[in-house]
Amino acid sequence: MIEGAKWRTWVYFYLPMAFFLLFLLFPFYWMIITSFRPDGELYRPWNSVNYNPFWTTKPTLEHVRYLFEETLFSAWLWNTTFIALVSTAISLVCGVFAGYALSRLNFPFAGSLGTGIFITYLVPQTLLFIPLAEIIRNYNLGDTSWSLILTYPTFLIPFCTWLMMGYFKAVPKELEECARIDGASRWQAMLYIIIPVAIPGILSAGIFAFTLSWNEFIYALVFLSSPAQKTVPVGVTSELIRGDVFFWGPLMAGALLGSIPVAVAYSFFVEHYVSGLTGSVKG
Amino acid sequence: MAVEAITTFNTPPQPRRQRVLEDERWLAFMLLVPTVILLGLFIAYPFVRGILLSVTNTRVGVAGDFVGFANYYKIWNDSIFRTAVYNTFLYTAVTTVFKLGLGLWLAILLNRNFRGKAFTRAFILLPFIIPTVLSTFAWRWMFDPTFSVINWTLYHLGVITGRINWLGDPDLAMISIIVVNIWRGVPFFAISLLAGLQTISPELNEAAAIDGAKPWQRFWHITWPLLLPVTMVVVLFSVIQTLADFQIVYVMTGGGPANATHLFATYAYQIGVGTGLLSEGAAISLAMFPVLLLIVIIQLLYIRRVETR
Amino acid sequence: MAQVVLKSINKFYDAVHAVKDVNLQIRDKEFVVFVGPSGCGKTTTLRMIAGLEAISSGDISIDGQVVNELAPMDRDIAMVFQNYALYPHMSVFDNMAFGLKMRKFEKKEITQRVKAAADILGIGEYLARKPRQLSGGQRQRVALGRAIVRHPKVFLFDEPLSNLDAKLRVQMRVELKKLHQRLGTTAVYVTHDQVEAMTLGDRVVVMKDGVVQQVGDPLELYNRPANKFVAGFIGSPAMNFATVTMADGNGRITAKNAGLEIEIPGAQAERLRAHLGRQLMLGIRPEDLHVAHAGDPKGLTFNSRVEVVEKLGSEILLDVRVGEDSMVAAVDPTTQAKAQDQLQLAVNPERLHFFDSRTEAAL
Repeated sequence: MIEGAKWRTWVYFYLPMAFFLLFLLFPFYWMIITSFRPDGELYRPWNSVNYNPFWTTKPTLEHVRYLFEETLFSAWLWNTTFIALVSTAISLVCGVFAGYALSRLNFPFAGSLGTGIFITYLVPQTLLFIPLAEIIRNYNLGDTSWSLILTYPTFLIPFCTWLMMGYFKAVPKELEECARIDGASRWQAMLYIIIPVAIPGILSAGIFAFTLSWNEFIYALVFLSSPAQKTVPVGVTSELIRGDVFFWGPLMAGALLGSIPVAVAYSFFVEHYVSGLTGSVKG
Repeated sequence: MAVEAITTFNTPPQPRRQRVLEDERWLAFMLLVPTVILLGLFIAYPFVRGILLSVTNTRVGVAGDFVGFANYYKIWNDSIFRTAVYNTFLYTAVTTVFKLGLGLWLAILLNRNFRGKAFTRAFILLPFIIPTVLSTFAWRWMFDPTFSVINWTLYHLGVITGRINWLGDPDLAMISIIVVNIWRGVPFFAISLLAGLQTISPELNEAAAIDGAKPWQRFWHITWPLLLPVTMVVVLFSVIQTLADFQIVYVMTGGGPANATHLFATYAYQIGVGTGLLSEGAAISLAMFPVLLLIVIIQLLYIRRVETR
Repeated sequence: MAQVVLKSINKFYDAVHAVKDVNLQIRDKEFVVFVGPSGCGKTTTLRMIAGLEAISSGDISIDGQVVNELAPMDRDIAMVFQNYALYPHMSVFDNMAFGLKMRKFEKKEITQRVKAAADILGIGEYLARKPRQLSGGQRQRVALGRAIVRHPKVFLFDEPLSNLDAKLRVQMRVELKKLHQRLGTTAVYVTHDQVEAMTLGDRVVVMKDGVVQQVGDPLELYNRPANKFVAGFIGSPAMNFATVTMADGNGRITAKNAGLEIEIPGAQAERLRAHLGRQLMLGIRPEDLHVAHAGDPKGLTFNSRVEVVEKLGSEILLDVRVGEDSMVAAVDPTTQAKAQDQLQLAVNPERLHFFDSRTEAAL
C-alpha cells in the first residue's frame, strides 16, 4: 500500500524494531560477555574511570572452568536434561492419548473431563507446592529425579492434550473410516493413521513441553536438597551464591551454559514451537 | 429344514482384548486412565490436602490439630501478607498492560514482510524460551546497585550523578521486577497476537483504507475488534501465570528489601519452607485461589461473549 | 470528468516484470474490462490504480490529476473485492456506512445514502444482519452497496463474480450492467472470464504476461483479433487453429495441410500473396463451420472424422479430426451425426483468420 515518504518507514518500523530487539536481546549479550570477562574487569563499580562494560580485552574461560570443576554443574545439566526428556515423553504419550480420546471418541462425560483437564492447567505450581512436598516425602521420592518426573506432567499434560486435540480435530474423519473399512481396529487406526498425520502437532507439543520442563523452578527447589540431585536453575541459584556473595562470573557462565541446551533444541524446532504456542491460544 | 441349516452359522466370539479396543467407551477409558491418575494424584489430591493443611497448625515434623480458620485470620492480620496481596495485584495489572501494549506493537511490526523476518521472530522468543531463573540472573546483574550497567549508561549519558539503588529501595525494586516480567512476557504476547493478526484478511485493511480510514482508525475499528478473542485468551493465560509468579521475585529480590516485594508465591515459600510453618504457608498459597478463580471466570465469560458477538 | 489515464505503467516485483508498459485512456463513464489468464498482470494493474500497490514507473491520473503518490483514500475511488472483504463484526448497515463515517459525513446523510443504495440493490431488509448470516450473492450486493454510497469518481472491481455459482453469476452480470447504465460512473473491471468481459465491457483490454495484447470493443476483439492469443481467448468454444502452408493452386491462393485445402477468396488472397510458400496459422471459429451441403463450393469444404458429439440443445458441438488436427464445429441442432462418422465440413469464407507462425500477429 502506498504509505508516503521513505522516512516514515524508518521512524515507524526500523527504529521501533531496533528498540525491541535491543531490549529483548541485550540481557543475553550481557550474559555472554560477563561469562568471559576476568574477575578484575567484572568487579569494578559502575562509576569507575575508564570503564567500558560492554567489551573485554582479556577474554577468559576461567569461569567456565570453575563451573565444571568446582561445582556439580555437569551433574545438574544431566539431571535437568534427563528429567525434561522423560517428563516430555510421559506427557506426550498421555497427551496424545487423551487428546485423541477427547476429540474423536464419543463417551459419557467427555465434555466435563475435557473441562476438568483444562481447569488443572489453571492451577499454578506455586499453589500446590507445599502439600505436594509433603506427599512426595511420604512416598519416599524426596530428593530424587523421580519426584520431578512424576510431577512435571501435571502441567505438561493439560497443555499437550489441548494442543493435540486441536491437531486431531483437523484430521478428516474419512481417513479413519477408510482405515477401519480396510480392516483396522480403532486402536490400530489411531496408531498407524491418525498419529502419523498429527506428527507436526506432536513435535510442537514436545518442544514446548521440553522448554517448560527446563523452566520449572519451584518444585525442583522444594523437592530436591542434595547438590548432586539438583537441576540447573536450582543449582545455579543455590550453589553459586555463598551468603551475600554472588560469584557473578561463574553465575553468568552457568546461566549461559544452562540456556544453551534449550536454545539449541528450540532452534531446531522453531516453527513447531511457534505453531504450538499459537495453536494453544487460537484453539 | 435345509434352509434353516444354511441361514444360521456361528461366528466365534471376538477375543476379549479386541472387543475392548473396538468399543469406543472402553478405548476412551484406557486412553484417559494414565492422565486421570497422574492429574488426580498430583493435582487434585494435593489440592485437597492443601486445604486440609491450611486449617490445621502443622509445622515441619510436628503434626498439627484442627484450628479452623485461625491461619487465615493470622495471615490477614499480617502486614507483610497484605503488602504481598497488594504487590501481586499491582504487579499483575501493570505488567499485563505493558505486555499487551508492547506485545501488540511488536506484533504489528512483525506483520509486515521484511528480510530476515523468520530469524527475527525466532530471536524474539528467546526471553520466553530461556529458563526464567537464568535470564533473571542476568537482569539481577544488570540491576545490581554497585555494578549496574544501567547505572553506568545513565551516568555516561549525564542523566544521573549518584547511583540508583535499584534493588535496595522498595519502589525501585518493584519497578525492577516489573521490568523483568514485562521483558519475559512481551514475546509471548507478540507471537500469539501476531498469529491472531495473520488470521485477519489483508483485504479488510485494504477495503478500510479505500473507505477512507487512516492507519489508526483502521486499527481501532477493524483490527482490534477482530483480534479481541485472541487477545482475551492471551491475557487470561498471562494473568494466571503472573499472579502465581515466583521465579523472578525470588532471584531478583528474594522478596526484599525488607519484605517489600513479596508476592503470594514468594511469601508462601518464605513462611512454609523457609520458617517451616507449613499450615500458614499453605493458607497463603490457597489465598491465591479464589482470586484466580474469579479472574478466570470473568475472563471466560467475556471471551464467550466476544466470540458469539 | 472521471477519466483514468495509464501512461507507460510498469511494475516490478524484485526481478519479475509483472506489468509491462501499459498505456490506456479510459473515458469518463466508460466501463473497461481487463481480461486475461491468471498471472497476466490485470489485478496488479487494478491495484496500482487503487493505490494498493506502488507503481514502479509510469503515471496514473484520475480526472486529470496524477495520483501516483496519493494514498488510496485520497483518490476518490471505491473497490469491490473478489472475497467481498466485508467487516465481519459489523452489521450490513455499518459496513456500508463505514466509509462515510470515516469521512465525517452527517448521520442523516449517511442513513439516506445507505438506504438509497440498499434499495437499488434490493438488500434493504438485511441492514441489521451480519455478513455471516448472508448468502454469497447477498454479501456481494453489500460489497457493491459499500462502494456505491461513496459516490466515487471510479469504481474498481476485482473479479467480483468469481466466487458465485454459475447461475448467480449470469444474473449478477446483468444487474451490474444495469447498475452501470443507471449510475454512469467510470468503471474498471478485472476478470478471467471472457464472457463477463464481452457482456460488461464498453471496451475490453486483453492482457497476457503483463503485456496488453489488444484494446477494443467486444465485437472488434471478436471479429478482428490482433493476434493468436486474443483470437483463442475470446469466444467460446475457442477458435480452432491449424498450421497451413500457403500454396498457389491454379491461380488461386490456397491454405493447405494434410487434412484440408481451402481457397482464399478475393481481397484476403491478395494480402496473403506475399506469404506464398510459407507456413501460417489458420484460425476458424467453431460457429463459422457448418456441415457442407450441395451448394457449397468445393474449395471451401474439407473432410473430417467425428470423434465426440456434444448435444447442447441450442446447438451441437462436434469434436472432429481433420488430418492431424482436432477441431470443434458448432452446428445446427438438427444435425444427424455420430462418432466415427465421416463428415464434410464447410467454412464461411469471410471468417478466415491468419496469423504469422512466429510472431502470432494477425495478417
